[in-house]
Amino acid sequence: MNTTTFQPIAARPAPANTSGPLAWIKANLLADWATAVSTLVIGGVLLWYVPQILNWAFVKAVWLPSFDACQGKDAGACWGVISEKYRLIIFGRYPFEEQWRPLVATLILTGLLVLSCMRTCWKFWLAPLWLVVLAVYFLLMYGNVLNLSKVDTERWGGLPLTILLASLSLIMSFPIALLIALGRRSNLPAIRSFCTVYVELIRGVPLISVLFMASFMFPLFMPQGLQIDVLVRVLAGITLFAAAYLAEVIRGGLQAVPKGQTEAAATLGLSYWQTQRKIVLPQALSMVVPGIMNSFIGTFKDTSLVTIVSLYELTGSMKLAISSDADWMPFIMEGYLFIALIYFIFCYGMSRYSQWVEKQVNKSKLR
Amino acid sequence: MSETKTTHSMITFDKVNKWYGNNFHVLRDIDLSVAKGERIVICGPSGSGKSTLIRCINRLEEHQQGRLVVDGTELNDDVKAIDRVRKEVGMVFQQFNLFPHLTVLENLTLSPMWVGKLPKKEAEEKAMAQLNRVRIAEQANKYPLQLSGGQQQRVAIARALCLKPKIMLFDEPTSALDPEMVKEVLDVMIAMADEGITMLCVTHEMGFARAVADRVIFMDQGQIVEQNNPHDFFNNPQNERSKDFLSKILGH
Amino acid sequence: MSSSTPPKKKYWSWRSQAFRGLVYQVLAVLAIVGVGWFLVHNTLVNMRMRGIQSGFDFLTQPAGFDIGESLFAFSSEQSYWRAILVGVSNTLRVAIIGIVLSTVIGTVIGIGRFSRSILVRGLSRVYVEMFRNIPLLIQLLLWYVVLTEVLPVSSEAITLSGMFLSKGGLSYPVPVWSFGYYLAGAGVLVGLVAAGFYRRWAQRSFEVTGQVRSLFWMSVVIVLLGGLVGWLVGGAPTELDRPFKGEFSIENGAALTPEFLAVLIGLVLYTAAFIAEVVRGGIQSVSRGQSEAASALGLNRIQEMRLVMLPQAMRVIIPPVTNQYLNLTKNSSLAVAIGYPDVVSVANTALNQTGRAVECISVVMLVYLTTSLGTSLLMNWYNSRAAIKER
Repeated sequence: MNTTTFQPIAARPAPANTSGPLAWIKANLLADWATAVSTLVIGGVLLWYVPQILNWAFVKAVWLPSFDACQGKDAGACWGVISEKYRLIIFGRYPFEEQWRPLVATLILTGLLVLSCMRTCWKFWLAPLWLVVLAVYFLLMYGNVLNLSKVDTERWGGLPLTILLASLSLIMSFPIALLIALGRRSNLPAIRSFCTVYVELIRGVPLISVLFMASFMFPLFMPQGLQIDVLVRVLAGITLFAAAYLAEVIRGGLQAVPKGQTEAAATLGLSYWQTQRKIVLPQALSMVVPGIMNSFIGTFKDTSLVTIVSLYELTGSMKLAISSDADWMPFIMEGYLFIALIYFIFCYGMSRYSQWVEKQVNKSKLR
Repeated sequence: MSETKTTHSMITFDKVNKWYGNNFHVLRDIDLSVAKGERIVICGPSGSGKSTLIRCINRLEEHQQGRLVVDGTELNDDVKAIDRVRKEVGMVFQQFNLFPHLTVLENLTLSPMWVGKLPKKEAEEKAMAQLNRVRIAEQANKYPLQLSGGQQQRVAIARALCLKPKIMLFDEPTSALDPEMVKEVLDVMIAMADEGITMLCVTHEMGFARAVADRVIFMDQGQIVEQNNPHDFFNNPQNERSKDFLSKILGH
Repeated sequence: MSSSTPPKKKYWSWRSQAFRGLVYQVLAVLAIVGVGWFLVHNTLVNMRMRGIQSGFDFLTQPAGFDIGESLFAFSSEQSYWRAILVGVSNTLRVAIIGIVLSTVIGTVIGIGRFSRSILVRGLSRVYVEMFRNIPLLIQLLLWYVVLTEVLPVSSEAITLSGMFLSKGGLSYPVPVWSFGYYLAGAGVLVGLVAAGFYRRWAQRSFEVTGQVRSLFWMSVVIVLLGGLVGWLVGGAPTELDRPFKGEFSIENGAALTPEFLAVLIGLVLYTAAFIAEVVRGGIQSVSRGQSEAASALGLNRIQEMRLVMLPQAMRVIIPPVTNQYLNLTKNSSLAVAIGYPDVVSVANTALNQTGRAVECISVVMLVYLTTSLGTSLLMNWYNSRAAIKER
């Protein structure tokens, strides 16, 4: 019997018109009629406008804080307003010489936030560390001890205030959201209806009305003579608002845990709270980490609204810094672009992080 | 009122009825008595109420009428009675229901530590003993999703055994397994049967019934149609319905 | 063995599960009522102390302030509740137009993520990331600044065939209302009914003969025809209220103010980014095999999108998109920062004038709650119709 041996063909590179830059252009820009037309149109528009925008924003822009240069006929964007006012924009009305205090305090807080996101740090010392950091934060910001001058909460502002409001409301709304989510799934009709009413009520109204409520109505709710700080009131409003949305996210996770898990726990003799704590919540929460991050990003953006109730976080401090100065007032648009950039960096960073976390979680599922 | 001692019988169903909602009468006038150490296999078409019957025994389902006494304790709304019964009754599910975020060892020590209040070392020793018993001790530090279906079900059995139950309930333990893994789980169950524990098993595995069961119970439409020892049940069914069922599943 | 209904049995003791549940609920209700009573009591005491009046009677009193823009006439002698009605109409105006525009733009951008052209894909991605990650308030303020800065003063307004573009907004001629327009409206209604009949006929004809007939555009033509006929019958009124350059501003005509435009543009672009993501997620949720099967059957890309992908994607898209519509409506409340007189803005003015904080804020919340519930109900109805029937 004649058998032939197997002669493998050596691998060769692909022909030029199916790979390489020409092929890429063909596939991605000229694939068919519609694509080619859109490439022409979009390409044309971009080539026309993008250089003009870049010209305005960078080439002809004024970087030095020179008011005369900005007013010049041929001037582009006036970034000088930023270099002139950036400390006021970022730190608000905090006393100028003491601005190192919010800087340090915010760096510590942000550092701890980043650490808390890493799974490797979810140990028993995280909670006490949070308490310590928060105590240090308020000590630094408020002062009145250790040679530090007292700075009322009214003067806290700018980016530190944004970060403070967002992180504190996340931390405080979490336990509330947890209880409400569990309550909505409870068998007891009174508790279930209360939680449902709370969530639907809060989700049906805009944040601004909750902030107005916090600003105007909370003082009326307090017993006579008890004054609450406006910062505390606004924080309470944002926390209650965020808790309703976070509760829905957590509830989604609770619903995704299979019923068999609670049944198995019941057969092992675990009580309701033991089951929730050790079996249901660990699984539910790890499933909705992206949802929780989205909630946090939303709250971070929502803090810009406190400007309307006269707390000068980043947006408010910028408007204050530039509008109150008749010289620089015409260039408020550059100010808006600057804070838009800051928000973008934070929010985009957080959303990329959340996507990365989601990928990690999915990877671990397919062990 | 809840402590009447019924000697000889481990589980007693006395005219037990259960409804789902207002219309679906899922258990109809169940009278059943299970002696200590007895091994019972329950079979029947789907929807016949077999799973519901055994889930009533550890109060995963509530019966609305009749009396159900488990190891001397009557099962009703009384929280303490339910707790006591659940400590005596172990359950193995069709979907295993292992806790995926805990290791195998942690799955087993969870209840002894948190409910039985045992110190960690002692709980782990007992857990390893059970893992040895089901011959899966080397997987102790793995996570459930890293194991095969048969291995997971054996871990589930070991987890239930950690509480030293007097009664073990099996709800179609091999139905979700690949055919090759059914044997390893059945072997474990047969070994357990030899040790004198009271077992109620809902299953389609007739070979297991023939090997191990003291009694086979056939259910249809919420009623017990026939109960007999395996030999007589398989070879000489008394009821038309049982004959019909057996011809379908043992036919070819 | 009768299938009678289950008996009821109760067992009163601390060890009974039902009893425990009842006790927990009673405790919870007592706690909530207790807190509620505490708050109400404090409020009443504080209001008495500060001499704040309470009650909704202020709604019938004259408002004392003017409202910048409104769909119907309003002057400061009219009552507060009429002012709030103006606010509601302004909110609805920007919300409805905003919902329509953002859906169109969002769907286009969402579908654009699947285009073969890398430029289109890239632009879609950039658009979504840019508009999602900047707070809406800043976007609104930016648009307002751009519009008020870039647009010329009224004396130097840009003229475009009868319309004027200036800092006062876009002034356009408005037809003077007369009987002919009522008839035109009736004609449109008749046209809608006729279009419905046409669609049914066209569908059946397609099934019988295989000839594809235009469903959408013909219906539009029919509706427009109906309106035209009605208008002609009513005497073909053509009188227009034209804007003209007055001494200080553009007078007559109707105007889209910069405030309205800023709120509209900001809301539409922001919400479109979120809707684009929802649409993208919906299309991605339809498995790739569907698209391959469609190609194998000879459908081109547009048919594939219209007949196979989008109908299935709808199930996944509708609930989150409903959410976005609600968000848009609620976000329109940010108009208070620009000066567009939506309901929050009007209520805020009323609050500052009368001091009745509780009443004004409750009115605002009530308006939004009703809108939210209404939209949710509508969308639930549509969702149940669009759902794929399962066993």
